Amino acid sequence: MSNPNPEIATSSLACAPDDDSPRIERRDGSGGPAWWLLGRWTAAELAKAPQWRALQATWPDTTTAINATPWNVTSAGAIDHVGAQLLWSRWGQRWPQHLETSPAQQSLLERVARFTRAPDPPKTATLWQRYLSLGDGVLGLLSHLYSFVLLLGQLALDLVRLLRAPWRGPWRDISGHLFHFGTTALPITALVGFLIGVVLAYLSAQQLKQFGADAFIVNLLGVSLVRELGPMLAAILVAGRSGSAITAQIGVMRVTEELDAMRVMGIPKGFRLVMPRALALAIAMPLISVWTTLVALLGGMVAADIALGISPTFFVQALPAAVDVANLTLAVGKTVVFGLLIALIGCHFGLRVEPNTESLGKGTTASVVTSITVVIIVDALFAIAFKDIGV
Amino acid sequence: MSTELAHGASLVPAVDVQGLWTVYGGGNSPEFVVHKDLDLSVAQGEILSLVGGSGTGKTTLLRQILGLETPRKGQITVMGQALSETDPRTSASRVGMLFQQGALFSAFSVLDNIGFALREVGHLPLDLIRDAALTKLQMVGLEVKHANKMPADLSGGMIKRVALARALIMDPPLLLLDEPTAGLDPEGADDFCKLLRSLHCELGLTVIMVTHDLDTLLELSTRIAVLADQRVVVVGTPREVIATPHPFIAHYFGGGRGQRAMVLLDEPVQGATARHA
Repeated sequence: MSNPNPEIATSSLACAPDDDSPRIERRDGSGGPAWWLLGRWTAAELAKAPQWRALQATWPDTTTAINATPWNVTSAGAIDHVGAQLLWSRWGQRWPQHLETSPAQQSLLERVARFTRAPDPPKTATLWQRYLSLGDGVLGLLSHLYSFVLLLGQLALDLVRLLRAPWRGPWRDISGHLFHFGTTALPITALVGFLIGVVLAYLSAQQLKQFGADAFIVNLLGVSLVRELGPMLAAILVAGRSGSAITAQIGVMRVTEELDAMRVMGIPKGFRLVMPRALALAIAMPLISVWTTLVALLGGMVAADIALGISPTFFVQALPAAVDVANLTLAVGKTVVFGLLIALIGCHFGLRVEPNTESLGKGTTASVVTSITVVIIVDALFAIAFKDIGV
Repeated sequence: MSTELAHGASLVPAVDVQGLWTVYGGGNSPEFVVHKDLDLSVAQGEILSLVGGSGTGKTTLLRQILGLETPRKGQITVMGQALSETDPRTSASRVGMLFQQGALFSAFSVLDNIGFALREVGHLPLDLIRDAALTKLQMVGLEVKHANKMPADLSGGMIKRVALARALIMDPPLLLLDEPTAGLDPEGADDFCKLLRSLHCELGLTVIMVTHDLDTLLELSTRIAVLADQRVVVVGTPREVIATPHPFIAHYFGGGRGQRAMVLLDEPVQGATARHA
């Protein structure tokens, strides 16, 4: 390495205070060449991408070169913990043989040196630990099932209690929940139902036209919407809307210790929190389902009129003949079950939320995913059990 | 220390608030004036405590200094820069805030919480960030074994310490504290005060804090600003403030708790002389 011209070195020193970008220069001092830190070695400067790249480019190559040559830290405009940390790691976590610092910089560097530790070796799970975590998963699932069965049993007991003394029931809660789960869900379920009805009718019309079976669109729409799609659509929307709300409400009560406060006052959470929600959703769910079905049929009727020229009058007259009334009974029956399940699953996950915000988010997600899955599974069970009825 | 103070006179104030008006409400609801022509200047290197009854807008003032709320009228400069001119990307290196509940990111481990601001920069190497976060973790008096815990597993005192380490990760010259010792047991509060005092000495921080804890107030503050009647009634050393005739101050420091805490006023002086020697 050739010695830089001393005149150039002094001239660049003169302009150093104007330039904040952190950098290293090799300069000749009284005792031979040394590395000089220049600019502001602070987190704010190092955080700027161009400065960082420039510093990386000018960094001396090897650790031997770093340790053999004296270092001058006092020439830096400023240095903070991040800058000191950077220096220390580039020194290979060793002190250079010759170092010039001010007392404040020395204590800063010493603090960084004292607190820097080698990282812990990454933990790898052994086969036995994996086996144990599998067992953990199974036990976790069992505990979910167990507490869900407890919740169901408690609901049955609470309903008996309500029947024995109906005048002491939480009727205000129930009517409030009915409004929130039912009335406020009407616009969104109507919109989705109408659009699905239109799409379904339009797509079927394309196929039916080919066979000249235009009039059968009434049967197709009637059976599919009344028996399956209407209830399912309503249930999935309600699971996303009210199921998550139930989990979040009860979960927040857990986080803010409201549940504990209720328990201290001797107010049973099953009777005051779970039962009103389950009851309200069991009442609201079939009503929303019928509403969604009706609006979807309306959408189908409009689309059939436009795509196939089937008049609304014919549609309405043909519908009772095409769809057995048992289908409607079945639909209402199973949506009561859907409503109960969605409310209970929402309460279940809400009550299992731990007192921290992350657990609240996880619980709400788990609640919605589980209730939609359970609704679809239960619907399949209904389809198998009642396959001879109404078709 | 003394040279720093002499030098400090020529420096720009750490925070300068001029003619601040804060008004809540408006529209249909009646307007409620919180601050009316409030002036406050905080010199670099001091520990200033904001004191006032509830509803006098202490926390609001902190939030306005941070830029979380915008005042109706008035000018706030932090380190000589008006808030509107500053770049939000560099705010972590200008000012650190310790929120009352810690406000740790619950999805991240302790170490990731502390290093978050550095990680967001985008191009710093991960091992440097890890080392810097570990250094700050130990500087606030926590052991390395806590580094991989989640915030939910920490005690109240540890949450405050981790939040302090997070606020200090980019070595900001200004630190704001909202009720730093609230919710800590007396011993934990004492330890936290000691920690704040030592960090203040080591790092040369300017500290502005809101506190209701008289012990903390008298032990740490170099100056106290009293908020009452929608403005700063008096700013001065604890002794000057207590000597000021004002109904709020008489009520605040004259009560039983105030009298008991007043004993502390003699101790820091001895402590300070011991440090100078």
